[in-house]
Amino acid sequence: MEPHLAAGQFQLFPDQASTFAAHVDALFFFLLAITAFFSILIAGLIIYFSIRYRRSASSVPHTHGEPAWLELTWTIIPFCITMVIFVWGARLFALAFHPPADAMNIYVVGKQWMWKVQHPQGRREINDLHVPSGRAVRLIMTSQDVIHDFYIPAFRVKQDVLPGRYTSEWFEPTQPGEYHLFCAQYCGTSHADMIGTVFVLEPSKYAAWLAESSTGKSMGDTGETLYRQFGCNACHGTRAPTLAGLFRSTVKLENGQTVLADESYLRESILAPRAKIVSGYSTIMPTYKGQINEEQLSQIIEYIKSLRDFRAPEPENKP
Amino acid sequence: MNASTQTLPVAVVFQRASPSYLNDGYSVRSWLLTRDHKRIAILYMISITLFFFIGGAAAVLFRVHLLTPSGALFQPETYNKLFTIHGVVMVFFFLIPSIPAVMGNFLVPLMIGAKDLAFPRLNLASWYVLMAGGAFTVYAAIAGGIDTGWTFYTPYSTMFSNTNVIAAAAGVFITGFSSILTGLNFIVTIHRMRAPGLTWFRLPLFIWAMYATSVIMVLGTPVLAMTLSLVGIERIFRVGIFDPALGGDPLLFQHLFWFYSHPAVYIMILPSMGVVSEIIPCFARKRPFGYKFIAMASVAIAMLGFLVWGHHMFVSGQSMYGGIVFSFLSFFVAIPSAVKVFNWTATLHKGSISLQTPMLYALGFIGLFTFGGLTGLFLACLGVNIHVTGTYFIVAHFHYIMVGGAVMGYLGAIHFWWPKMTGRTYSEFWGRISAAIIFIGFNLTFFPQFILGYLGMPRRYYAYPAEFQVLNVMSTAGASILGIGFVLPLIYFLWSLKYGKRAGPNYWNATGLEWTTASPPETENFDVTPEVVTEPYAYELKEAIDAGGLH
Repeated sequence: MEPHLAAGQFQLFPDQASTFAAHVDALFFFLLAITAFFSILIAGLIIYFSIRYRRSASSVPHTHGEPAWLELTWTIIPFCITMVIFVWGARLFALAFHPPADAMNIYVVGKQWMWKVQHPQGRREINDLHVPSGRAVRLIMTSQDVIHDFYIPAFRVKQDVLPGRYTSEWFEPTQPGEYHLFCAQYCGTSHADMIGTVFVLEPSKYAAWLAESSTGKSMGDTGETLYRQFGCNACHGTRAPTLAGLFRSTVKLENGQTVLADESYLRESILAPRAKIVSGYSTIMPTYKGQINEEQLSQIIEYIKSLRDFRAPEPENKP
Repeated sequence: MNASTQTLPVAVVFQRASPSYLNDGYSVRSWLLTRDHKRIAILYMISITLFFFIGGAAAVLFRVHLLTPSGALFQPETYNKLFTIHGVVMVFFFLIPSIPAVMGNFLVPLMIGAKDLAFPRLNLASWYVLMAGGAFTVYAAIAGGIDTGWTFYTPYSTMFSNTNVIAAAAGVFITGFSSILTGLNFIVTIHRMRAPGLTWFRLPLFIWAMYATSVIMVLGTPVLAMTLSLVGIERIFRVGIFDPALGGDPLLFQHLFWFYSHPAVYIMILPSMGVVSEIIPCFARKRPFGYKFIAMASVAIAMLGFLVWGHHMFVSGQSMYGGIVFSFLSFFVAIPSAVKVFNWTATLHKGSISLQTPMLYALGFIGLFTFGGLTGLFLACLGVNIHVTGTYFIVAHFHYIMVGGAVMGYLGAIHFWWPKMTGRTYSEFWGRISAAIIFIGFNLTFFPQFILGYLGMPRRYYAYPAEFQVLNVMSTAGASILGIGFVLPLIYFLWSLKYGKRAGPNYWNATGLEWTTASPPETENFDVTPEVVTEPYAYELKEAIDAGGLH
């Protein structure tokens, strides 16, 4: 497919380059049909009545009854239509919240005014995002400063990127090509420059692109080094819970609640260890807030995710 | 339309016993210290017209800037300040006070047969409060500007912006009290000061709309004041409220802000709905179809409007279930608006319709509001919202509601009641021309923005990819037409003050107590407190009497 950015041609409809985009567009056209129908109905009636019942010497306004069935009709029918839209839209929304279990993860950090991207295999990029076609990709995103938003119009996905927490979005690109990446939440002076390009590559080309990494170290490898540097190994496994097999397992907490060990939980446990205490352990872990930056944090998380517990069966990857 | 005095169903013998409110003193002091609701309305009208043209000038400047993809005129900082000033001034200093503070102030006592609002001094105070807030904001704009957007999102506004956030927020904070005081005044007045016989279901629909609006103002505005105070506290004292780096939560701000600012949309649109509900019966010579449904829809909108704020936050990081609940409730609030549109349209059926300027605005309102409302369904719909929120689609949507709805309603109101307020008539020819220019310019400005938004152009961008240029040029062309359309009424209204024909007490041959007074009304409004014995909008009866069929 031709690159889309260089062309800069006028178009009326955006590229449709992800599986999600096709779903959104179908619903969009349904809404467009409803909008057209009611706009033409109302405008048509207004124009027709204005002509048909225009004031003249002989025209007399006619009082007529206000039948309750009429009020009920134009209350109930629009309500039913909106409920169809609601359910259809909510199902798509739920889909957007539930990436496939085998989605690959890519980490994104937003800051004024650039996007920093890390692939688990180690390759990094700025203001660009390379992804393979035909594969679900989940972005795990955070911000170093203000709220940003990672928006790829051709994929119809958008998610605010917040400081202090992870948010995520996912998509499965269908068409190799180049697409716009925009920051869609106003973030200050150079907001409009916080843009980039999404390169969708054939899977083989993506693999080749990944292999061009300068360091050759994966995020997990770097994370393992950091894990030792920060001394995590001194406690975890002995005085602190073992981390093997932790990711995506259900953790029982001291207060009796349970929590799913996802990226957000790991992040919180490193930065605010006292927020959720694992059942049977004491609160000895210090916070690493301020000592560890967002990139390092994601590398350590990737390392923890790589630690499988071979004694236990693989936990189910239910989203 | 005839300009002579008509026989009314409720016979009122009219003679001018005392000077009109405009002639009751000519000194500056007699205006600045007036307690007459009608004079205060005029003070509001002059001030918000000024604010409107400040906000409009900012819009013209950034629309010209957007003629070229890289931006034609300004540095990014300037562009960001311009759209912020446009939003802050238009929302807080024009749209929110527009119909309530100008038309509501003028009409509420007249429509219910009262001599003034319940608290005339408070009413004057609320104008001074608005002016104080406006002064702070204009100061913020001149002394360096503010670049947060009218939404003041944190932590950008509290910890990162280097502009005058505090001054602008203080301006908006102060202005909020103007809203609260006006709302309070209207609620008490409508409860306590209705003329004998004027039961709740004999109230004009404009009064119902004002009542619903006042409830929102009183309940919602304090939350905005609180939120802006918290922004100030975090910004000045570095107390962690919204910034995660200090232990705060940035989404908390959005919840608080939209808890006010979504109902605020109804503060802006409900009054216009009230205006349209007055104009359409008059120019169709019929009682409004489904009076009670229209009245109750206003109340329903005011209540439900407080339950939908989270629909501004579907992609904010709010939980999935939060999104689903807010989406459901948002569709719910769409229904009363749809009911109103159908009822207005049905009112035209078998009417006797004439298309003078106020009616053109009212019909334009229905069309544009319908389209704006329908495009709101795209935004309430979760799956589509993900793609279109934060883009020009949402800019187009809310301008269809705010300009196509609220501003068209305000202009319709001024054209309808101008003869009452000033005693003079404006040029019908120029009125119709400018209504047509505004309608065309508006659609040319904002319709292309829907397409831009679906293509993915984010809002608040001072530069954009080249493929968006054609639509941006169309939008800017529309904006210049729209600008002309807004300047024209200013000219012919001012002209009418000196050269307009005298209007007579009931220029449009309308029902309603305000039309039983002189034009312009005397200071005390009514010589004798009127007694109401009929339903409102007895147009059919009026027509029959005029035709000589009934005596």
